[in-house]
Amino acid sequence: MMGYEFVALSLPPIVIGVLAAMACALPGNFLLLRRQSLIGDAISHVVLPGIVVAFLLTGTVAALPMMVGAAAAAVVAVVAIEAIRRLGRVESGAAMGVIFTAMFAGGVLLLEQSDTSSVHLDVEHALYGNLESLIWLDAVGWQSLIDPAALALLPPELWRMALAFAVVCLATWLFWRPLKATSFDEGFAQSLGWPTGLIGMGIVIMAALAAVAAFDAVGSIIVIAMFICPPAAARLMTNRLGTQVAWSLAFAVLSAVLGYVLAGYGPLWLGYSASVSAAGMIATISGLILALAALFGPHRRA
Amino acid sequence: MSLQVAPTGPADQDGVDTAPLALRGLTVAYGAEPVVFSVDMTVAPGAMTAIIGPNGAGKSTLLKASLGIVTPLAGQITYWGDGLARNRNRVAYVPQRASVDWDFPTQVLDVVLMGLYAELGLLRRVRPQHIARAMACLTRVGMQDFADRQIGQLSGGQQQRVFLARALAQHADLFLLDEPFAGVDAATEEAIITVLKSLKDEGKTVVAVHHDLSTVDTYFDNVFLINRRRLGEGPVSEAFTPDALQAAYGGRLSDGLIAAQTG
Repeated sequence: MMGYEFVALSLPPIVIGVLAAMACALPGNFLLLRRQSLIGDAISHVVLPGIVVAFLLTGTVAALPMMVGAAAAAVVAVVAIEAIRRLGRVESGAAMGVIFTAMFAGGVLLLEQSDTSSVHLDVEHALYGNLESLIWLDAVGWQSLIDPAALALLPPELWRMALAFAVVCLATWLFWRPLKATSFDEGFAQSLGWPTGLIGMGIVIMAALAAVAAFDAVGSIIVIAMFICPPAAARLMTNRLGTQVAWSLAFAVLSAVLGYVLAGYGPLWLGYSASVSAAGMIATISGLILALAALFGPHRRA
Repeated sequence: MSLQVAPTGPADQDGVDTAPLALRGLTVAYGAEPVVFSVDMTVAPGAMTAIIGPNGAGKSTLLKASLGIVTPLAGQITYWGDGLARNRNRVAYVPQRASVDWDFPTQVLDVVLMGLYAELGLLRRVRPQHIARAMACLTRVGMQDFADRQIGQLSGGQQQRVFLARALAQHADLFLLDEPFAGVDAATEEAIITVLKSLKDEGKTVVAVHHDLSTVDTYFDNVFLINRRRLGEGPVSEAFTPDALQAAYGGRLSDGLIAAQTG
């Protein structure tokens, strides 16, 4: 019975949480080193109205329309920021701040006003995710993991997140040298004839892919912690880029697993009856890991 | 505004076809402001050339535009009479040390290995002979004992030597250096100039943005004077004159100082 419950109710959310955390941590490393960590924040805010509109138009939370909607929203954001900067003669930081919040607010209003009762998509879900709901009711126990019929009925979010993680992994492996050289010394990379603008854009696209894929699981606010905390903690553990990326993946896995378990069972252990938000707990744990790394990490800066 | 590019004729225009780097009518602007205006430059092969001019004269921009790092508004850039794309692997660039983040999590040897990236491509493995080549370059700049150090732990001069080692690893024929002596200690300056002179002895061409007028005649063969426009070019003995310096620096150098610098 315990095995059945775990496999059906806990295993899929844990796996999805782990994949989401790792998919975000990978590009997060390069965003961190390029001092662009808040781009993850920006993306997750800006894409919300795009995702909602895509959902309203298609009526499903399928991957492709969501990605298209998110991409369209990102383009709108870039154009709007440039327009405000030029027409309003406002500095770009202010223009970005206005657009990010305005588009996010627009997404929230759209969600509230639209009838989304047929599918599970509401404001709370969009903000904090709903990892706990991604369950596998067709599982009967551990043996379901080798049962093709049952596997086919796993939450589709799991496959989507796995695909996103695979794409991000492959891109990082394939373009490791350009990513490294461009992030360290852009002028030198350009002198080799490498398209550094395109590489920078590629990192942002990877981050956007991870953010949109993780949207269901962890929502558009808490995903920010997944971009920043594991890489930032990893940076304090080592002075090698490859080792840093490995640490960031380890921290991502640790915070996802520990966060999910503590959210589900922690309150019970403390005598409360209800569990707390898994995504919230994952973000909290990743923040705690960062705090510990900042206090005890071997490569803290003096 | 007339931006005349030198006409391409059948004859070698003043050594353009043999010059490791030749610029004709190069104009670069940031926004509406031209920083480099209609500059002609012909770099002599197998020699050391100093690019000299006051702050904001467009020295770094000239190098960056030559390498396609900033896009020029107009002008013609040739390497050995041909385009940059066909000669990239013959050109090594050493950016200003201050232009990169030295907190980046990487080791000295890793940085030098970046000099082999053009050769290694995306996925070719780093083999022992590549490591050996990178170590030989580190030895040449006297940094062999620092291969495993994190780059942020080095002094400014040591960082500059690592940058030079990375350029050496590129096995280039033309070296473009942006202020290689800026903010370095005396030992590093000595090490760098020794390496640059040995490159010249091997027949390589060295071009460096330089700011210390007192060392121009001992370090370099040729000078190129610029203050947004080209103000002079040639062997140090001919082009590095008080009048030319006065023209380049305007009132920023006193006559006595100029006389002292140029002897």
